[in-house]
Amino acid sequence: MLTLLIIEQVLNGLQFGVMLFLMAAGLTLIFGVMGLINLAHGSLYMVGAFAAAWVAGATGSFLLALIAALAAAAAAGALVEVLVIRRLYKAAHLDQVLATFALILIFSEGTRWIFGSFPLFLDVPSYLSGPITLPGGIAYPLYRLVLIGIGIAVALGLWWLTARTRLGIQIRAGENDREMIAALGVDISRLYTLVFALGAALAGLAGALVGAIQSVQVGMGEPVLILAFVVIVIGGIGSIRGAFVGAMLVGLTDTLGGVFLPELFKLFMESGAATQTGSSLASMSVYILMSIVLIWRPSGLFGVRA
Amino acid sequence: MASKTRLGCQNREKTMKNVLLATAAAAVMAAPALADIKVGMITTLSGGGAGLGVDVRDGFMLAIQQSGRDDIEVVIEDDQRKPDIAVQLADKMVQSEKVDVLTGIIWSNLAMAVVPSVTAQGKFYLSPNAGPSPLAGKGCHENYFNVAWQNDNLHEAAGSYANTAGYSNSFIMAPNYPAGTDALTGYKRMFEGEVANEVYTKLGQTDYAAEIAQIRASGADSVYFFLPGGMGISFLKQYAGSGVDLPVVGPAFSFDQGILQAVGDAALGVVNTSQWNKDIDNPTNAAFVESFQAAYGRLPSLYASQGFDTANLLISAVEAADVSDAGAFRDALRAADFDSTRGDFAFGSNHHPVQTIYAREVIKEGDVFTNKIIGKALENHSDAYAGECKM
Repeated sequence: MLTLLIIEQVLNGLQFGVMLFLMAAGLTLIFGVMGLINLAHGSLYMVGAFAAAWVAGATGSFLLALIAALAAAAAAGALVEVLVIRRLYKAAHLDQVLATFALILIFSEGTRWIFGSFPLFLDVPSYLSGPITLPGGIAYPLYRLVLIGIGIAVALGLWWLTARTRLGIQIRAGENDREMIAALGVDISRLYTLVFALGAALAGLAGALVGAIQSVQVGMGEPVLILAFVVIVIGGIGSIRGAFVGAMLVGLTDTLGGVFLPELFKLFMESGAATQTGSSLASMSVYILMSIVLIWRPSGLFGVRA
Repeated sequence: MASKTRLGCQNREKTMKNVLLATAAAAVMAAPALADIKVGMITTLSGGGAGLGVDVRDGFMLAIQQSGRDDIEVVIEDDQRKPDIAVQLADKMVQSEKVDVLTGIIWSNLAMAVVPSVTAQGKFYLSPNAGPSPLAGKGCHENYFNVAWQNDNLHEAAGSYANTAGYSNSFIMAPNYPAGTDALTGYKRMFEGEVANEVYTKLGQTDYAAEIAQIRASGADSVYFFLPGGMGISFLKQYAGSGVDLPVVGPAFSFDQGILQAVGDAALGVVNTSQWNKDIDNPTNAAFVESFQAAYGRLPSLYASQGFDTANLLISAVEAADVSDAGAFRDALRAADFDSTRGDFAFGSNHHPVQTIYAREVIKEGDVFTNKIIGKALENHSDAYAGECKM
């Protein structure tokens, strides 16, 4: 029974990790290429979820909903880049934080104005719902396995994009020396818009996928955003590979810590107190992990910049 | 939607007009204020928890509008669910707006930050929702009235329901914050069976895969959870997809009218406890449900009923006494001589309701998910802290 529980929790951790990766990948790309701290990334996650919920409600198709989420978040991302973010590349990080925080408020209240104050309905499609039995007799929700699959596929796709395509070369070059690639005739502002829209689309996809098993509501992006920042700090800012490893570490630490720390404390404490202490420590575990990584490698696991 | 905005605007215009007139009057030298009583409503109208505040406000304003009184002026402000903002708003309302009565706060942590200071300044506070235990026990105050419930109440009712349903081993779960610990304490106070496992989740947690795996492994025969708002939506959807089929019990906070549509089929058949439901059979309630639906185009939630009852309590006191005579006004509030949507309404010694709490089941009426009363979980129930209150 305990082995089964551990395997199930590891799967849960992986699933959480790949969803964090979708968020963190965009965040780290945007920071790596443009040097921009985008607090509004969580809002793009929310845009994706709301677009998906709305399209799923209108058409009944989950696939269309996902496409809508990608499109809406990418469009919102491109629009925001052209209208606001473009003016911030040369600004100090503090100005960027202030401006993108303002974007959070605008997105949140704008969404509330369009969709109202109550959460929306978005459900897993019937062909993906319910549990399936894995080898060893573990009943595990099919949808979560699909999420793990999608996350790994996106990770491979991003690796291929950055390592094997012309766009990827430009992105990597942009990270290293933006004046030089501009001098070489690459349309840098188009590249920035493209990267921003790509990051936004990934966030929107994560919002839609996760929205189906959570609640689609205003402000849903901010808690994920905080963890996504932890992920990119652990992984090394600007590194896609780092974002993937970081996301897996955070996902597993958070899930396994939440389950096993209270159990651990029960070995030598009274049950109620153990649950509370264990749970409190579990909420800190991710940040403790981050501190340890930063002490060991101040620029993150795969970070290149100090 | 349209009608909601209209009502909101009317109210704002009215407030604006009164403010302008009041300023003009003040400029002409201290003429008496136009409104006989001024009410400050601090509630959550933006961000993730806005649905609750909007419902309380809409229920409250509906009652004021129906009373036809123009001597009650309501100033509404948004606390953004932040204690510091709530405190600033309360200071502003007491010092510059000079309100007589405050109301509206949804969350217990905000109530704890605001209520003790405003009651100490001689203002009345009518709580339409939050009922933290300190304000019911040692920290009770003669000017503080709770029209909704003491926080533990609905959880105690759930424990009592679990006994009658024959559950003997519960897996219980709540977020790790004061209202969460109160919730599990309340459940255990009434539940006579064993507790298979007691789990505290993170506040605002949205993924419950790990907890669901623990439920599966726990050997419990029932699950009790207190996860208000979006947390409950997430849990129920994930629980329904997990293949675990233990019966679930919860307080009404995860099954109110505002969020049921977002949970969908996953909530069908779940039993939850509430002091109010739209099918409580009395003329006030029937008229409330009908007029709320007509005014706002949606079914009321328990929060809306609490806002409505709070306003009617206030109106009953305004009719009986002048707010400048604090003693008489307090007695009028304590008498609670109004028609409640819950039927007979009475305050206990600590100014918290003594009331019946029902077990409800989630059903589908046409396309709309809603609740139906299936029985009484607790009758004429007070709270565990009344004895500690000396006022």
